[in-house]
Amino acid sequence: MESAKITQNGVRLSSVPPSETVRIQKLEGGHTFVSRLASLGFTPGTPLRVIRNFGHGPLIVHVRDTRVALGRGEADKIWVEEVTGEQNG
Amino acid sequence: MLSQAESVLNGQVTLRVALAGQPNVGKSTVFNWLTGLNQHVGNWPGKTIEQKTGFCHCDGAVIHLVDLPGTYSLTANSLEEIIARDYIIQERPDVVVVIVNAASLERNLYLVAELLSLPSRVVVGLNMVDVAAEEGMAVEPQVLEAALGVPVVPMVATKNQGVRTLIETACRLARNELPYRPNVPQIRDDHRRVLAEIRALIADMVPEPYPSDWVALKLLEGDPEITAMMHERLALAGRWDQVHDILKAHEDAVLAVASGRYAWVERMVRAAVRRPRAGQITFTERLDRWATHPLWGLGLLAAILGIVYWLTFTVGAPLQGWLEQYVVGGLAQLASRWLTNGPAWLQGLVVNGVIGGAGTVITFLPILMIFFAMLALLEDIGYMARAAYVMDRFMHLVGLHGKSFLPLFLGFGCNVPAVIGTRIIDSQRARLLTILLAPLVPCAGRMTVVAFITPLFFGRMATLVAWGIVTTTLLLLAVLGVLINRWVLGGERVAFIMELPLYHRPNRRTIFLQVWQNSLEFLKKAGSLILAMSVVIWVLSTLPHGEMETSYLAQVGKALAPVGALMGLDWRLVVALLTSFVAKENSIATMGILLGAGQGAVGLQEALTQILTPAAALAFLVVQTLFIPCVATVAAIRQETRSWKWTAFSIGLLGTVSVAAGIGVYQVMRIV
Repeated sequence: MESAKITQNGVRLSSVPPSETVRIQKLEGGHTFVSRLASLGFTPGTPLRVIRNFGHGPLIVHVRDTRVALGRGEADKIWVEEVTGEQNG
Repeated sequence: MLSQAESVLNGQVTLRVALAGQPNVGKSTVFNWLTGLNQHVGNWPGKTIEQKTGFCHCDGAVIHLVDLPGTYSLTANSLEEIIARDYIIQERPDVVVVIVNAASLERNLYLVAELLSLPSRVVVGLNMVDVAAEEGMAVEPQVLEAALGVPVVPMVATKNQGVRTLIETACRLARNELPYRPNVPQIRDDHRRVLAEIRALIADMVPEPYPSDWVALKLLEGDPEITAMMHERLALAGRWDQVHDILKAHEDAVLAVASGRYAWVERMVRAAVRRPRAGQITFTERLDRWATHPLWGLGLLAAILGIVYWLTFTVGAPLQGWLEQYVVGGLAQLASRWLTNGPAWLQGLVVNGVIGGAGTVITFLPILMIFFAMLALLEDIGYMARAAYVMDRFMHLVGLHGKSFLPLFLGFGCNVPAVIGTRIIDSQRARLLTILLAPLVPCAGRMTVVAFITPLFFGRMATLVAWGIVTTTLLLLAVLGVLINRWVLGGERVAFIMELPLYHRPNRRTIFLQVWQNSLEFLKKAGSLILAMSVVIWVLSTLPHGEMETSYLAQVGKALAPVGALMGLDWRLVVALLTSFVAKENSIATMGILLGAGQGAVGLQEALTQILTPAAALAFLVVQTLFIPCVATVAAIRQETRSWKWTAFSIGLLGTVSVAAGIGVYQVMRIV
């Protein structure tokens, strides 16, 4: 978990430490899963802040004014990248 | 359901209003203010999802209200979403009132974006403006109204502010008294051409009453239900392949369409919302530092559960005893006095069969109501999602997720609220699995029997043996959870994606109405089933000669004696197991009767030590702890699954597992 490096290709959301803000890059997984996430506001380009991530168990993230709990397996399928430019909470 | 409302209204003007909204927006509070007790709770036709309908009055019109299930979108990702959109498309309500949460407006307006593409007129109820203010956000309703082009009514539903204005606005909109120029979201530029192509290909093939633009959009989104519907129709016309090729080339369109809607949403909120300064720590954030901490969160949860149990035993249990003694006992006395001159069988049937069965139903109520109230309270303040989050990693092992924890935990008190409590689980599959596993949690009734028998055979080891039985049962729950999930429900775990709503003050009315409705439903549905089955068991244990020793039930017990022998049990203990179906603690009373009644508990204990070896006693305890659920639980399973098939599955599963475990324990213990 510690070796999370933000590269150009992005990293899995599950490896992002708490209180870091990232931007959603792409979603993996089946159609239903992608569709559910998209309707909750997880669309590519959206900024997202990690609130809870202990390296095991589910995460809590903050996206579009909403706190969402995500299973670790689900967070593995979300790829994110570093936010460039101005800092955004 | 419409005809029912219309017959009540007799010639008056009626308007039909549907209430839509995402989960956690205070929609049921709005519905409760508007309808009060003028509401009917049932199920959507053919579905296991609750449907609330009701009516209210406004400007001389009678408004028929339908509370649609809470949904994040209108894509066929869940049964709730299909129900909500089918109602709007097929029933065409005059107005759709959509409740949005001002504190998370962006995500909430996504549903509005979907609703505006449907034919019904829309009014937006901008709820929880107080909660938003506490979080440092301000929303200007007029600005939002101007941007959306539809009426926006600010409100605080928990304080009944703005609710009346909301329904009056809906009423005026239905009568064309308000301007209505909705700013309907358009698809993103890069997909406009392909959408037009699809629209042209399907235009004359879309069945009534579906709007063809909407169908084209849903095809592009890959909506499974609409795709199946159009596949069938287009295949007949030989046009499916053409459409299919286009869709195939744009498989990623689901994200493009969603991003397009969110781009529209961002334009809507840009001017209307003022956000808190970055770095400001909100109330929810502060509380969540504790409530979602892996250690303190568990501590908080344990404390809350402790309070629930303390309440049950200090308030519920004495109330239960009081009801049993005075209400049920009083009724039984009254009936026997009335029937003294009647035939003995009638007196037996009424006093022991009917009143006994009704007694079971009534004495369940206090405990159920306490559980219902606590569940409603924890859900209403927003804590439930935190409990689910904290427990998720443990429930994961069983193929369930966090939301199943609370209902299962309630099972230690009584399995009935556990089964009914599964309503908080939004995934139908996870809910069914939880219902099937709930009877494996050893309830207070079964622990009474364990506590009665263990000291007789295991002396100082009694506590350890009891603990061992509970642990084994819970391990079995975990194993069966994995197996049922894998082999019966078809593998694939439901994705754990759950909103953590902002904390807010509970609303007494919402909680009261929920307790009232749940209790009423239990009395009506489960109650009648429990009563009927209790009477049947009583008849079987009495006929033909009026004595249990020679009854039909005893004959069944004797027929099953060979199976009992494998567990070291004679027919009398088999009958005791069978009568535990009415209520788990009944097995003690039955043993008392069959092993030479009338000598009280001490006599029974002596008799038991004479006919049972410790190995057989352990086998008996294991079987009775795992045995088929009691009649009240069976009735609750039937009520909640709406399926005799799953009810039978549950009975069959536990019957088989318990007997197998009993035989296993006895045979192993004998060798040891």
